[in-house]
Amino acid sequence: MTIVETVVEDTPVPIAEAAPAGPSSGASEPVLPADRPRRIGGVSRSGVLSLCGAAASGLCVTVLLFGQLAPFSGGLGFTVAAYLAFLAIYAVLIGLEEDGQAVRDRVMTVVLWTAATLLFSGLFMVVGFTAWRGREALPHGNFFTQDMQSSGPLDPLTHGGIAHAMLGTLTMIAIALAITVPLGLACAVYLNQIPGRFSRFVRTIVEAMTALPSIVAGLMVYATWILGLGMQKSGLAAGFAISVMMLPIVIRASDVVLRLVPGTLTEAAEALGAPRWRTVWHVVLPTARSGLATAVILGTARGIGETSPVLLTAGFTAALNADPTSGPMVSLPLAVFNFVKSPEPAMIARGFGAAAVLMALVLVLFVIARVIGGRGPGHQTKRQARRTARASRRDMERFDELHVPGLSLFERPELSHPTGTAPSVPATGEND
Amino acid sequence: MASAQEESDRPESDRPESDRPESDRSRAGIPVFGTLVPGTLVFDKPAPRRPYAARGLGDRFFRYQLTATGLAVLAIMAGVGLFLLLRAGQALRARGFAFLTTAEWQPDVHRFGIAAVLTGTVLIAAVAVTISVPLAIGTALFISDVAPRKLRRTLVTMVDLMAAVPSVVYGLWGLFFLQQHVIGLSRWLSEWFGWIPLFKVDGTQPGEPLASESVFTASTFVAGIVVALMVAPIQCSVMREVFSQAPAGEREGAYALGATRWGMIRAVVLPYGKGGIIGGTMLGLGRALGETIAVYLIISPVFTIQPHILQTGSNSVSSLIALHYGDASTFGMSALMAAGLALFLLTLAVNFTASSVAARSRSGAQSEA
Repeated sequence: MTIVETVVEDTPVPIAEAAPAGPSSGASEPVLPADRPRRIGGVSRSGVLSLCGAAASGLCVTVLLFGQLAPFSGGLGFTVAAYLAFLAIYAVLIGLEEDGQAVRDRVMTVVLWTAATLLFSGLFMVVGFTAWRGREALPHGNFFTQDMQSSGPLDPLTHGGIAHAMLGTLTMIAIALAITVPLGLACAVYLNQIPGRFSRFVRTIVEAMTALPSIVAGLMVYATWILGLGMQKSGLAAGFAISVMMLPIVIRASDVVLRLVPGTLTEAAEALGAPRWRTVWHVVLPTARSGLATAVILGTARGIGETSPVLLTAGFTAALNADPTSGPMVSLPLAVFNFVKSPEPAMIARGFGAAAVLMALVLVLFVIARVIGGRGPGHQTKRQARRTARASRRDMERFDELHVPGLSLFERPELSHPTGTAPSVPATGEND
Repeated sequence: MASAQEESDRPESDRPESDRPESDRSRAGIPVFGTLVPGTLVFDKPAPRRPYAARGLGDRFFRYQLTATGLAVLAIMAGVGLFLLLRAGQALRARGFAFLTTAEWQPDVHRFGIAAVLTGTVLIAAVAVTISVPLAIGTALFISDVAPRKLRRTLVTMVDLMAAVPSVVYGLWGLFFLQQHVIGLSRWLSEWFGWIPLFKVDGTQPGEPLASESVFTASTFVAGIVVALMVAPIQCSVMREVFSQAPAGEREGAYALGATRWGMIRAVVLPYGKGGIIGGTMLGLGRALGETIAVYLIISPVFTIQPHILQTGSNSVSSLIALHYGDASTFGMSALMAAGLALFLLTLAVNFTASSVAARSRSGAQSEA
């Protein structure tokens, strides 16, 4: 794949003229004069021309069809008809100079481009629309510092804000993380370190639960915590509900990351006589650190955006409530949901503003995840590498102090390796 | 020496270490070693050497601790189904089998069932998957094989980011933007395909362009489009992952045999990625079945079986719960729990199907390793 494509990308644009061998190229390369790499991707002049031609004539045919010939109407119908006409004419144009295989290839390439464009433009529209409608509420400073306790639906945007929802979201996600991170990571370690029939069963259940409907997670906490134990609706209950939803996601993602830890590293630790828990603590977890962080952050992004578990378990309030154990609490998605149910334009604007803040929060989390998770397991940042090197140097000094004669590994480098093949310092530091 | 001897005398069964892959590897390696040094007492029996430290107190504690965590997670997950079942018991006993066949929802007079909401849920999910799967497959193929090389990483990140956009944002878009703009498409579909029962809309005549627009809003179709956009990135991300794992050797082999790029995709990438396509589709289907807020914001709830997807009025199990949990009596809550249980079982079935299909296919087997 890569080889083929690099070859193709190196050639300029020689597809239109099908002459066997140009005299100049034949002179410079006498061995393979007529050999030209077959084009697989890339852009050619005739390709671009037939694309433009097909687009133009497809548009003309559709204009003719809609204006003069047939009783069609409507913007969407026009687009679809124009696209179909364009595809047909493009196929015919390619068919003039290529065989059926190539025609199918070109047409399907266009179709794949279309599918991707459609999906991405649809998604951009969703995100862009929310950000655009959020522009009314976002410039007001009070939107971030006040709650809605003293503001009614008819108040302008200069009154009231979403501070209570922001605080609520942070509190709930903190509770959820306090439960999910230890439990989820330990369970992922369990699935990796102690295989067996039971852990396979746990893994199956966890994988099946990754698509657990979030409202069912809310119902479960509602059934146990609120109906069963008779507790209030509170931020704590919402945190529990979000944890139930996030737990399988975090476990599954961390499980995949832990599986990527090279077996040689753990085997090396075992060979040095490290107990299992030391191997996990000093080798497996640090090696997979960035991947684990990504798993947790992506789970957090999912948990922050969920409305329905919070809807069932947190209650609703317009006032700032910093105590998750008592009284209702509101989160950003739940606030959005409640704002846009109101018919007042100011409330709807607040809803879009809150949604934009929520999206920004998810985006920030995602960027952090990408920055941390950009490195694969076993790759260190500069700071980590420096720390490892320092630890190794300390170990070397310690070994030097012990100085057991006869074990050449522990000898001073300049004594045992006079020719300059001294053991490099940072190789041994994985365990610290 | 003595401890090693004692070690190898131990029976295989009480060695919890024995199922670890590392020790599997060393077990495979040891017999060769033993034949190399036949006279040595220690290597007479081709048994794996067990790390001395693994029997230490710390490790035993560690092992129990991890197993306890696994048990706890399992208990939480099992608790979801168990508590729903416990709470739903009252309603299920009261209605019995009629719970599945009744379309109404009046739990306080004991006339309720999930026929209507379940139909709505399945229809919304079906519309969503029908729209999202071609888009997702196309985009995944585009990213893995067609897109300019420099663009691919960006596109992958964007798809992953879109998969994390909160569902309430999609709901807002559907409610305030799509609702108004999709009427033309709905009208067109109902005019030309109204003879198919699915696309029939009561209250409009073909060729009557000035008919009321309100019969087309808040329909299964609109909700389906929104959910489709929501699940497409998830499906696309799963499929792309599998497509990009298609072996480079086979790709180059196809090219070497003279295939065009599309020929290569059809001959190598699609057959290889079949498990990923099915798995991704099912994952999206599971999300679509369980989606609450976006659907709740868009549809106007009805409690009759509504098979006309373009017509206003629809329902889903999750939006039923979101709608009624606040004003439900104890018995009504039990009925909602029963509905939640039905949804839970439905998504569980879909998920198990997905994972078993993905595990059996070639691509799934490789991503497992």
